[in-house]
Amino acid sequence: MSNSYQTPRVPAVDQVGVEERAARFNTRSIKKGAKLAGLDMAISMIDLTTLAGDDTPGKVRMLCRKALRPSATLETPQVAAVCVYPSMVKVAVEELAGSKINVASVATYFPSGQTTMRERLEDVKSAVGDGASEIDMVINRGAFLSGEYARVFDEICQVRAACGDAHLKVILETGELHTYDNVRLASQIAIDAGAHFIKTSTGKISPAATMPVTLVMLQTIRDHYLQTGKMVGMKPAGGIRDTKTALRYLIMVKETLGDAWLNPDWFRFGASSLLNDLLMQIEKQHSGHYHSSRYLSIS
Amino acid sequence: MWDYAPAPQSTEMVKLKKRYGHFIDGEFVEPEGATYFKTVNPATEEPLAEIASADEATVDRAVKAARKAYETVWRDMPGAERAKYIYRIARIMQERARELAVLETMDGGKPIRESRDVDVPLAAAYFFYYAGWADKLEYAFPGAKPTPIGVAGQIIPWNFPLLMAAWKIAPALAAGNTVVLKPAQTTPLTAMLLAEIFQEAGLPAGVVNFVNGAAETGSALVNHPDVDKIAFTGSTGVGKLIQRQIAGTDKRLTLELGGKGANIVFDDAPIDQAIEGIVNGIFFNQGHVCCAGSRLLVQESIHDEVMAKLKTRMATLRVGDPLDKNTDVGAINSAAQYKRIQELIEVGVAEGAELHQAQCSLPSTGYFLAPTVFTGVTPSHRIAKDEIFGPVLSVLTFRTPEEAIQKANNTAYGLANGVWTDKGSKLFKMANALNSGVVWGNTYNRFDPTSPFGGFKESGFGREGGRHGLLGYLNIG
Repeated sequence: MSNSYQTPRVPAVDQVGVEERAARFNTRSIKKGAKLAGLDMAISMIDLTTLAGDDTPGKVRMLCRKALRPSATLETPQVAAVCVYPSMVKVAVEELAGSKINVASVATYFPSGQTTMRERLEDVKSAVGDGASEIDMVINRGAFLSGEYARVFDEICQVRAACGDAHLKVILETGELHTYDNVRLASQIAIDAGAHFIKTSTGKISPAATMPVTLVMLQTIRDHYLQTGKMVGMKPAGGIRDTKTALRYLIMVKETLGDAWLNPDWFRFGASSLLNDLLMQIEKQHSGHYHSSRYLSIS
Repeated sequence: MWDYAPAPQSTEMVKLKKRYGHFIDGEFVEPEGATYFKTVNPATEEPLAEIASADEATVDRAVKAARKAYETVWRDMPGAERAKYIYRIARIMQERARELAVLETMDGGKPIRESRDVDVPLAAAYFFYYAGWADKLEYAFPGAKPTPIGVAGQIIPWNFPLLMAAWKIAPALAAGNTVVLKPAQTTPLTAMLLAEIFQEAGLPAGVVNFVNGAAETGSALVNHPDVDKIAFTGSTGVGKLIQRQIAGTDKRLTLELGGKGANIVFDDAPIDQAIEGIVNGIFFNQGHVCCAGSRLLVQESIHDEVMAKLKTRMATLRVGDPLDKNTDVGAINSAAQYKRIQELIEVGVAEGAELHQAQCSLPSTGYFLAPTVFTGVTPSHRIAKDEIFGPVLSVLTFRTPEEAIQKANNTAYGLANGVWTDKGSKLFKMANALNSGVVWGNTYNRFDPTSPFGGFKESGFGREGGRHGLLGYLNIG
């Protein structure tokens, strides 16, 4: 496979232009009904995430309960998925049994991915075996930066095969790719290799998701759709903490890809603290004032 | 479907008077027996106010006030003192930015997003910039001894009423001149607000005077014997007329006239950013932009891809109420301009070019036009030659850089062009070969007070902005 792989030709990206375009979305003004609809939509797109060294079964169960019922007082949609390390997949699957919420797991030796291919594939298989229905893999940034694009492509193909029926989200870790041109190329390689979703970041590297980086990825998805008719999903992750930012991302998705992408099948937020901010804003829309964060359960 | 709810900008901070006269010698004046015309909100077709039309006597009064202020106050004031007034004007414009933006949108039809984010901040920036030059004129032209010219007569267009006033007034004042300015007939209101700001800033009486009116008022100003300099921005036709009228006098003249800019897109361009540049080039301010990129020159090999992406992008443009914060394309400035654009669109169809218009619902009242693109245009089409001054793009193709240069330069105008390529050497080669005052590289319609702007050929002469912008208001002896 590697020998026959041709590096895709992708359009150049002008840094000034893409950042200017991304900033334009910030000037949209979302009010009233459109805002409430946007808030609900954002909740339904969240991959509620805990990826810490001190995660315990108890903490994961707490997060699953929050996913099932984000607010004790408000009627809101459930989140799209709970995202955990492979060791916690079983706990999450058990807690979410019977619900529509997916269990996503970061595999392939997240976040660095710096181990042998055999071990990365084993990591994926074990997470899928434990019941994860979505796998968030990291690409081999070292291989990408040394120009081994065929290897990057090949590894994603192998992970995709190891996923079986589980959906594959490919994390580019854009903060380590450094240029928009690299982001555009990596997005295309991941899409060509069969990614169901492309995702910006692990959340462990700064900068994580940004609007311009996400825009470049959305434009890659749009061009792929125009050429092949096939849709690919998008997941910005890390750094999206408040409602204002989340709505700006939704505006950008709507105006770049269209309404067809505005649902959890095609767009996700990788976030944890975003959920409570969205709930605060919904409460504000209903009652006219903010309530204390004491009324919100921790997540 | 996730639709944006209406997000209307409140207009309550704008206090409109029923009638406006002129601003002469530091006061608002309404000469007896004056005739009045109405200024209309092009988005609603409702009149906003009545405006007095200045006759020769009123223009004379304004010029006399300017002369007096020049000789008794402004000319001999130390530059650092003049700068204080100009800085103060800029700061008050910032304080009253929202009011200025809303009024600009009501009177002219441009989207509030543009008046709020472009026109008003940029207008203030020009005052800030030129305030900085007021006490450094001798450093601007080393070895020379720059002195002011005297009374400047200035005539500005309706597409950027406040911004064009700033472009004209700020360098004139910094250089020590006094001003009589005629705002455009369809958009006089922000100038009246600017006059209030001058009062608030304590600008000495007569340093800046505004006379309202149409062509006759402009003509009276141009022909006034005590005006030392004419600065005009507007159509090439009127520019030629002015040049004939002042021939044989010792009046100085700068003209910023029409354009038919080419936006040249090579196959190695950053395509998605180029699409934004094309959209910004022709649909910014409804295409009422003298430097608009109204001709798209696209390399043949990527024509279909660019057109497909452009049409997709155009479908997301929101056309309608200019006061809605989410509107991208507002109202055509006047009934007359609307008619002219419609006529040229009909010409394009009759000449056999292929018409594409964005599918958008337009308000039933007001002068609204869907963003329009013609493909299959050749240099012999009228829509490739005439300045349409509306949201209408003519698409031509080329095969080589030489052909692109030839086609881009095949126009009577020479104001601005854009070049889109990822290759720096090609960009500089093109920039040197294009006959226009401005060449933008991988961007379009970008303005900055530090950067000179102006034309070649029938786009006029003289530069506004930057150090060069001072030259039009100074004698370099």
